[in-house]
Amino acid sequence: MTVSVVQFGGSNCDRDAVRALDRVGVDAERVWHEDGLPADSEGIVLPGGFSYGDYLRAGAMAAHSPVMDEVRAAAEDGTPVLGVCNGAQIGSESRLTPGAFTTNRSARFQCEDVYLRVENAETPWTDAYDEGDVIELPIAHGEGRFEIDDAAYEQLVDDDRVLFRYCDADGNVTDAANPNGSKGNVAGILGERENVAVLMPHPERAALAELGGSTDGQGVLEGFA
Amino acid sequence: MTAYTATVTVRLKRGVLDPEADTTQKTLERLGFELSDLRSADQFEVDLDAESADAAAERADEMAQRLLANPTLHDYDVVVEEQGV
Repeated sequence: MTVSVVQFGGSNCDRDAVRALDRVGVDAERVWHEDGLPADSEGIVLPGGFSYGDYLRAGAMAAHSPVMDEVRAAAEDGTPVLGVCNGAQIGSESRLTPGAFTTNRSARFQCEDVYLRVENAETPWTDAYDEGDVIELPIAHGEGRFEIDDAAYEQLVDDDRVLFRYCDADGNVTDAANPNGSKGNVAGILGERENVAVLMPHPERAALAELGGSTDGQGVLEGFA
Repeated sequence: MTAYTATVTVRLKRGVLDPEADTTQKTLERLGFELSDLRSADQFEVDLDAESADAAAERADEMAQRLLANPTLHDYDVVVEEQGV
C-alpha cells in the first residue's frame, strides 16, 4: 500500500502525514499536485495547510486543481481518501463530502487540543476505536465550523456518516466543548461511501509518542493499513 | 462581441452565522455608531466579452456556481452592464 500525500502550493502538513503513516506501517510519499497521482497510489491524503493562501474560501482553489479529478475518480473506484484540516476543506469544496467548513464562531484561528467522541466505529477510519470512545487530537484552523442545511444534516446522521463529534473529556457533546461552532459538534464525516473521510482535527499530529502528547490519531491513519 | 462587466455579489444565506460581520458590528458599536444589523458580502467585478448581456450573465452565473459561491453557504446575484456606457 503506497499512499499519495498530495501537496498543493501552501500545504504544510504533508511531511507530518508521511511520517505518521510510516509509524503505523503505511508506506507513503508526497506527490506534487501538478504531477498527478502515481499509477500505484493505493490511498490518498489531502493534507493540512493553507493551499493558495485560503484565497476566496479555504480549499476553494485546490478543489479545482486537475489532480482533484483524479482523486474523485480514485474515490469512486474505492481508493481510501482522507482529508485533514485544509484537506477536509478541499474535500468539501470539491464535493467529495457534503456541507462546508467555514469561519469559526469565534472568528479566530484556534490552535488547541480537543476531545472527540467516536460516533461510528464501523468504518476503516475508526475501526481502531469503539463507539463512544473519547480521543484527543489537536486542531489548528480558522475555518473549521461545519455548516450544512438541516435536511442534509439529518440525512448524514441517519446514514451514520458522522465519524467524530467535539466533546468534553467525559464524552459529553456540549456547546462548551464545541471549539468552532460546528453544527452538531461535527468534527469529521464520511463521503457517500466509507472509503472517503474528512476531519478538521489532525490525527497525524497525534501519532508519534516521542512528541510527548496523544497518539490517539494513529487509529485514523490505520484506515490505510 | 460587446465588452461587459458582470458584478457578482456573494452573500451568506440568511441564518448562516457570520462571525466576521458580528465582530465588525461590535467594533462599529464600540466606535459609537448605532446600527441594528450588519451583513458582509464579497463582490467580484468580471470583465468579459459576450454576444449579449444575457450571454454575459449566463457565463458569470456559471462562474458563481462553480467557484465564486459555495452553494452550502451562499446566495449570489449577478448584474451585467455594458462597459463604457
